[in-house]
Amino acid sequence: MSAGREEILSAIRRSLGRGPLTGPELESLEARLAAHPRHIIPSRVDLDAGRLANLFISKARGVSASVDEIGSMGEVPAAVAAYLARENLPARLVAAPALAPMDWSAAPMLEVRSGAARETDDVGLAVAEAGVAETGTLVLASGPDTPTTLNFVPPTHIVVLPRDRIVGSYEEAWDGVRDRASRTGQPRAANFITGPSRTGDIEQKIEIGVHGPLRLHILIVGEAP
Amino acid sequence: MTAPESTSRSFPDNARAALGDAVLQRALGNLKLGFPVKRAEVVADLPEFEALRDAAKDIKNHTLAHLDAYLEIYEANVVKSGGHVHWARTANEACETVLAICRDAGASVVTKGKSMVAEEIGLNAHLDNNGIERVETDLGEYIIQLRNEPPSHIIVPAVHVTKDQIADTFRAAHEGLDPARPLTESRDITDEARNRLREKYFAAEVGITGANFLIAETGSSIIVTNEGNGDLTQTLAKVHIVVASLEKMIPTMEDAFAVLRLLARSSTGQEFSVYTTVSNGPRRPDDLDGPEAYHVVLVDNGRTAMLGSDYQDMLRCIRCAACMNHCPVYGAVGGHAYGWVYPGPMGAVLTPSLIGIAESGHLPHASTFCGRCEQVCPMKIPLTSMMRRYREQSYQSDHMGIFPRKLLGLWSYLASRPTLYRFLTRLAVGVLRLAGSGHGVLRRMPFADAWTRTRDFPAPEGGTFMDRYRRNRPT
Repeated sequence: MSAGREEILSAIRRSLGRGPLTGPELESLEARLAAHPRHIIPSRVDLDAGRLANLFISKARGVSASVDEIGSMGEVPAAVAAYLARENLPARLVAAPALAPMDWSAAPMLEVRSGAARETDDVGLAVAEAGVAETGTLVLASGPDTPTTLNFVPPTHIVVLPRDRIVGSYEEAWDGVRDRASRTGQPRAANFITGPSRTGDIEQKIEIGVHGPLRLHILIVGEAP
Repeated sequence: MTAPESTSRSFPDNARAALGDAVLQRALGNLKLGFPVKRAEVVADLPEFEALRDAAKDIKNHTLAHLDAYLEIYEANVVKSGGHVHWARTANEACETVLAICRDAGASVVTKGKSMVAEEIGLNAHLDNNGIERVETDLGEYIIQLRNEPPSHIIVPAVHVTKDQIADTFRAAHEGLDPARPLTESRDITDEARNRLREKYFAAEVGITGANFLIAETGSSIIVTNEGNGDLTQTLAKVHIVVASLEKMIPTMEDAFAVLRLLARSSTGQEFSVYTTVSNGPRRPDDLDGPEAYHVVLVDNGRTAMLGSDYQDMLRCIRCAACMNHCPVYGAVGGHAYGWVYPGPMGAVLTPSLIGIAESGHLPHASTFCGRCEQVCPMKIPLTSMMRRYREQSYQSDHMGIFPRKLLGLWSYLASRPTLYRFLTRLAVGVLRLAGSGHGVLRRMPFADAWTRTRDFPAPEGGTFMDRYRRNRPT
């Protein structure tokens, strides 16, 4: 519908009382896009790494996520098995291909499949690009090793977050995504996830667990500084 | 045309019926105690909130002043990521475009996330009338789809429905389940909706969502949700269609983050919504999931005419609903009384801008001008002054009834003759004080039964303002 395109663009210009932008005006917009300046970052994230991690944990718990801290990636299988046993959940999971190759022998009872999530999957295991302390938000990016369906289809969502990926603001997290995109291309999806799914649609009473995950468990991996 | 018809002309009757509807009044009571309280808490917890409002206003003003250029840059970046952009001048063009994409995809089942612009263009009826099985996946939208009602609020579309009514609706609509099953708790209802909708996500050929932002820098679209239905809708279908009006444009992710810090806080009183999803084109060659095709339908439907007009500021609106959550009029009559897609103070400005003041002349009058809407608007939209401007327009045109016009004419005659005005007001105050003596209120008043039918009129306590001013003025 290219007639529509030209008509809409010229209607905008007519309303703004000018013609198409050219020369320095257009260049200044392009320069703004290239520089993508930050606006105000809340001062609550002006913290050292240890306090930032504490803020992340308290914010994540505040939105009904659960959080465990473990020392190394090698401890992930046992920590996942322990969480599922504790919550009385099936010991069957689908893991992001980025995580599946790890040594799962420490959790012999766990049934682990690698790939995207299917309708029948009970537990999805994913890995985060970043954790934003400001609001306890996880950032996950899609890719061949990190399918998006893991984050939404299974009723239980477990996310591995390396401790050194905890940052203060969304902007810092996005710098990482943008940096990687400049090398390997834009991810199809970037998901900012703050707690398990919820609704207030029934008489404004908050109900946790709607169409997305009913529970979100975060494993922070790495020794505290 | 598929665009929804308005009943805004009968706002006074709609409002009267709403005030007498006990079930509706109970449902609206939940709203007043919920969102405003939570909003106040999270705003108090962010000292930068006021400064962010100014920043967000500047960002949107900058974007609107360069909207053509940003749209072109955005389009080029969508194409670069493998997506398609369609430009729709009218509601009808937008609906036809979406339908054509659905047909090309061979779609029989279409899942849909909540989208106010889809309501505005009448997309639901258009798909239904053309043999597409449309499944609303937002819980509130699903409830009102089953009840065959329009939304009554822009973020909690079923706010007018009580839990018992939802249970009845589910029992009637969901065949094959035990009729005696308990649906007394929100949990039961939520679980039943979850189970019903699960299979649809996987069956749908097309998933339709709206957008909270379109990012020029990358050609991405952003949706902000809590339930996870929007993500299931757009990730599991073979084709993802984004329907978005032109003013959703924003230059960069940094700009979006500034506005996002305001959106959930203003809206539901959350610090951040559960899911903020940035989508960019179709699945990549090595991806294991995601849609195979990605389409954006850009909808004008009146926006270009608002640009450069007295109502341009309304294009900053991010649809957070803070204005209606805090509005005494909305809180008393609910969203359906407004008679079209957008209720509350934002609707009282946007509706005349989109469907004309002739059709919606009552809406800018549906305000006490208490100004709470402006105080809480994260984008600092001057809602009351725009409503006032529409009141002037409706007075100047022939759309106002003869009685209010005569009355306003009489008032302006008196107001421009101070001696006569003071004499008459002094007389009126004396009479009203006598009439209300003993009670302090008047239960009936000549020419004002529209007021006294539903509430008492407070009797004057002293003299006129001018008399008291003169008496108390420091010398």
